[in-house]
Amino acid sequence: MATSSKMLYMDPTPKKREDFEDILDERRHSSDLRYAMRCYTPVVYRGLTTCIPSALKSAVLKSEHVQYVIHKLSKETGESSEIIQEEAAEILDEMGHNLHMSVIRFFVFTLSKIFKKLFSKVCVNEEGIQRLHQAVQDYPVVLLPSHRSYIDFLMLSYILYAYDLPLPVIAAGMDFMGMKMVGEMLRMSGAFFIRRTFGGNKLYWAVFSEYVKTVLRNGYAPLEFFVEGTRSRTCKSLTPKLGLLNIVIEPFLKGEVFDVFLVPISISYERILEESLYAHELLGVPKPKESTSGLLKARMILSEHYGSIHVFFGQPISLRTLAAGRVNRIHYNLVPRHIPQKSGDDVHHFVNEVAYKVLLFQLENMVFSPWTLIATVLLQSLPSIELPVLTEKVLWLKRLVQSFGGFVDWPDNCPADKVIASSLAIHHTTAKTCNGYVTLPVQHKDYGINEEYIFRYAVHVLMCASYRNHLLNLFVRPALVLFAMESTKSHKKEEIYNYFVFLRDLFSDEFIFPAGTAIKDFEEGCFLLGKCEAVEMLQQDIFFTDNGSSITLFLTAMFQPFLEGYLTYCNYLTLEASEPFTEKQFITGVRQFTFQLLLTGYLKFYEVLSSDMQKNAMAALVRQGSLHKLKMSNGITYQVDREAVSRTADMLGSKVPVRKHFVPRL
Amino acid sequence: FILAQHGSMASRSLVQDHAQRRLQVISGHLQKVGVSDQHVLSVNQCRGEPAFPDDNRTDTVPKHRQEVLKWNGWGYNDSKFMFNKKGQAEFTGKRYRLSGMVLPALREWMEKTFGASLDHKSVSRPSLNTSDIPPPVLNEGFLQSIKATDIPFSHDAEDRLFRAHGHCLHEIFTLREGRFDRIPDLVVWPHCHDDVVKIVELACKHDTCLIPFGGGTSVSNALECPADETRTIVSLDTSQMNRILWIDEKNLTAHVEAGINGQNLEKQLAESGYCTGHEPDSMEFSTLGGWVATRASGMKKNVYGNIEDLVVHMRVVTPRGVVEKSCQGPRMSTGPDIHHFIMGSEGTLGVVTEVTVKIRPVPEYQKYGSVVFPSFEQGVACLREVARQRCAPASIRLMDNEQFQFGHALKPQVASIFTSFLDGLKKFYITKFKGFDPNRLCVATLLFEGDREKVLHHEKQVYDIASKFGGLAAGEDNGQRGYMLTFVIAYLRDLGLDYYVIGESFETSVPWDRVLDLCRNVKERLVRECKERGVQFPPLSTCRVTQTYDSGACVYFYFAFNYRGIGDPILVCHQIEAAAREEILAIGGSLSHHHGVGKLRKRWLRECISDTGIGMLKSVKEYVDPNNIFGNRNLL
Repeated sequence: MATSSKMLYMDPTPKKREDFEDILDERRHSSDLRYAMRCYTPVVYRGLTTCIPSALKSAVLKSEHVQYVIHKLSKETGESSEIIQEEAAEILDEMGHNLHMSVIRFFVFTLSKIFKKLFSKVCVNEEGIQRLHQAVQDYPVVLLPSHRSYIDFLMLSYILYAYDLPLPVIAAGMDFMGMKMVGEMLRMSGAFFIRRTFGGNKLYWAVFSEYVKTVLRNGYAPLEFFVEGTRSRTCKSLTPKLGLLNIVIEPFLKGEVFDVFLVPISISYERILEESLYAHELLGVPKPKESTSGLLKARMILSEHYGSIHVFFGQPISLRTLAAGRVNRIHYNLVPRHIPQKSGDDVHHFVNEVAYKVLLFQLENMVFSPWTLIATVLLQSLPSIELPVLTEKVLWLKRLVQSFGGFVDWPDNCPADKVIASSLAIHHTTAKTCNGYVTLPVQHKDYGINEEYIFRYAVHVLMCASYRNHLLNLFVRPALVLFAMESTKSHKKEEIYNYFVFLRDLFSDEFIFPAGTAIKDFEEGCFLLGKCEAVEMLQQDIFFTDNGSSITLFLTAMFQPFLEGYLTYCNYLTLEASEPFTEKQFITGVRQFTFQLLLTGYLKFYEVLSSDMQKNAMAALVRQGSLHKLKMSNGITYQVDREAVSRTADMLGSKVPVRKHFVPRL
Repeated sequence: FILAQHGSMASRSLVQDHAQRRLQVISGHLQKVGVSDQHVLSVNQCRGEPAFPDDNRTDTVPKHRQEVLKWNGWGYNDSKFMFNKKGQAEFTGKRYRLSGMVLPALREWMEKTFGASLDHKSVSRPSLNTSDIPPPVLNEGFLQSIKATDIPFSHDAEDRLFRAHGHCLHEIFTLREGRFDRIPDLVVWPHCHDDVVKIVELACKHDTCLIPFGGGTSVSNALECPADETRTIVSLDTSQMNRILWIDEKNLTAHVEAGINGQNLEKQLAESGYCTGHEPDSMEFSTLGGWVATRASGMKKNVYGNIEDLVVHMRVVTPRGVVEKSCQGPRMSTGPDIHHFIMGSEGTLGVVTEVTVKIRPVPEYQKYGSVVFPSFEQGVACLREVARQRCAPASIRLMDNEQFQFGHALKPQVASIFTSFLDGLKKFYITKFKGFDPNRLCVATLLFEGDREKVLHHEKQVYDIASKFGGLAAGEDNGQRGYMLTFVIAYLRDLGLDYYVIGESFETSVPWDRVLDLCRNVKERLVRECKERGVQFPPLSTCRVTQTYDSGACVYFYFAFNYRGIGDPILVCHQIEAAAREEILAIGGSLSHHHGVGKLRKRWLRECISDTGIGMLKSVKEYVDPNNIFGNRNLL
């Protein structure tokens, strides 16, 4: 089995890492103003039909698709089609971008100033840029960056300008519109705004989807959006939102374009601007509304230093290649293409698959800073760790990450303690060094053990956790295999696999697992464990090895908070929840419950307070049938199936065996 | 009695006037047809009154076709492209307008387009090697019975080989340098309907396989003999059934034997002042029966209709018996039209022996024309508008930019400085003054027919529409050359084959709204597939819109590439064509507009006409031909 799994799972390490170039370097040596005013002549799509933003809008409005929907709505509602047409025009005005070169130049100038102040380096993989250069000319391109910060799309446009690539049209959330001037500025730099929810509004959907498709079909500009839909507050990838992707693949499926390139882009921050904001949000301090004054306040905080950024432009993925043999395009032959059509199951599955593929490519090309390693070690060593021990463990982890195929941005020719010291300096608000010990900057002697202390401590734990989360995707498969081995107390591969599948399903909102790849994930996990000699693989059995205990301990400790969290929520549901409840009520209730457990010391994982984990657990329990979703007039409420919940809890606590899965030839 | 059929002598001379023009029409593309056809039909035993006495005819196709036609390429032995001693391309022979001319630009075009070189030749075997021919499997019973009739037959290797193939690339390639696994064992030449009835009866009695053969111009692999056929395969060559049996001027119909080929049919009808107007690109060789069997389409279908519009009546000999209708009513509501079981049956049900077709007086006036558009998109928009207004001329075709440039490569050496000066002026006007991009513009060719006044009026109407889409009239010459190319382009493939360039053409029909997307995607797919399969030089990938309909158009593709360095070029070419077909189907194009399914496109038929549809066809086959006598295995 060891050999067979080796054959099935390709070893990721031999892959050559691409070189990065720091684009700020040149900015530090020449005039920003001249740079902003320089001649900018981007390469363009060879099939481009040039048009100005207003022409784009009128093309959308006049399109057969939008006109069809307008007339249909007019017939259904009795409203005159002129009025609906007017409405559509308003939607377009609210939505449409209005790219202005002068604004771009203004942004280039100011961002040059700001970025130089905030960041030490902005590193871009040149090969990726060259690939993009070619791709942009060949077919319509969709840029799909990871989303960890507001900076993402500013940064991306900034980079594209630097390399004479066309500036993208960016799908942005409506919330930015609230920021007076800034909203308009963003619009003029190529953003178009979409409402976060428009369920059921057919006119909005028609106008919006036609807008996106027109951009694509004409090769007007690269389209950019975030597959995750919103910024991830935890630095884990969010499960993909499929709406925009569905729209994007339609022109290809209907033959209106020959191909579309999807370009996954991984943006890795050494320190995220919103780190503390996110931690507060996760603990239930409401998200401040985007406002210009808020941004200015943020500007004050910007006197801080945020280290380096790595932007990796991935291999452009040909949608045509992905779809070959997966989707039958003949489906679209019998209805005029402008008439909206429900897509078949094959299309649904395909879009889902594409979305997960993009996310996994993003994750694969993330760059890990030394701090992600430090934060990971620190979290496992709380309340404090001696600096030399930390250094030793970080170096150990670095080797492990590298052997698992991860890319660590570790400076060459620099002693380890220096690297760690400078990393700690950048993150001085998250952790501090005190008498040779590294610890969180919140001491219970300052507060006593009370709710405020718990809250403040949790903020810092969540900040650390968000950096540790960078590493989760790299380790989650082997870790779940280890949990399965421990929980089943078995060495039979089949039993271990069964439990693995149970965990994988349960945590499929927490981590990125594409549908239908359970066996592949299991084999990958086993392979990596075998490779680092944490386990020994036989034909039908897996055994722990004697000298693999450090890895086993490390990996289980890394994922322990998630298991404990889900167990805690199950307990809350069986013991305390009063039904029916809304999501909000659940979150408040379970937070209170968790606070108590933390206060009394029954629970030591502060991450369990994270609303993200709570929401994910809810979704998982709904999927498992332990929670029932009820659509009421006043929104969605939930009802608990206590028996099912405690069954899940028992399985998670390995008190009862999990349901058997059919295992085809492991 | 014959004259009575044609009316008075006076009107006859008028008719002959038209006929004269009509002949010019045809010799517009085909000069001196039939000159070398010395082979005169042997004594005809069949009854039936032909419209013309036999001894007047010098224009039949000989039984040994190889005496006139190439055995390993397209068309007449005397006509081919070649490079002369100066390294300039030349078209030999005297038949076509291009014959005997030097084409100075062709060489550079071939070098530039394909990276071909005169130094790298890939020559065909010079002559047939009879030892490469599988020996005939002869059914003695059938042979004796045929001998007992007076139907001519042959099991000569050359005769058999000639009927073993159509004109797909791989078939020609096999002739040039490969060998066929299975070819017909026996060729028979029936002279009339009754002969065919006899042959089919004998075939049923002795359980042999019959494959009808008309002009041999199939490009769907329809003539390929199934390799695993163990019975004697008899090729039923209809070429000697080529008489016009009568002409009915009151109803404007002619009753014709199905083996007549297009050019002879038109020529003979023209003698009476009539035409069918059915002009598929293969009309020099393809036959009436072949058109019926494949659902053929003619260039001038806008005036005359496609074959299904032209046929009034047909006689078909099947193993189950003869099928025909009892009257010649112009339209009937008598259940599903049995003609439609036959049209497109591709030789799987029986042999079409006689057809009554509609005829029209030869048009008084004919005029070519052409329009240049700044882009293919605008050209298509114009064609769509012309179709919407239902004012399409007899023929309207739109070539894309690659084909436009190819057309230039086939320009003969200019006769005078003045012409070339004029050409220069035109080019200057279009590209510089009007701002057309020479790498984007495309050209539509037009053919108007009718009485003079109407033609001129019609012409104006079409040019007015064209101008709305940015089109500029570009003269009659360009138009005429466009149509002439249709006939010589098939010869060009043989030249390519001599220099490591192979190619294929294929067609489809598609709704108007998808025309542009289909053209772009299929051309792109061809390029991408070539690249992925290791073709070193970008291929020629080009298309033209050749027919317009109320609800869509017919699109014709050519692709060709330099195959040096490729192990199995024919396989690669096949795979590329199949990929292009997948692309066509995926975007809403049909499996075929007029080439048919044959064996080449069989694998897609089910998804195109549904399981039930296949079942319907199967059940007809089962009833009509339960023992699969007509065993070419096309379609199903």
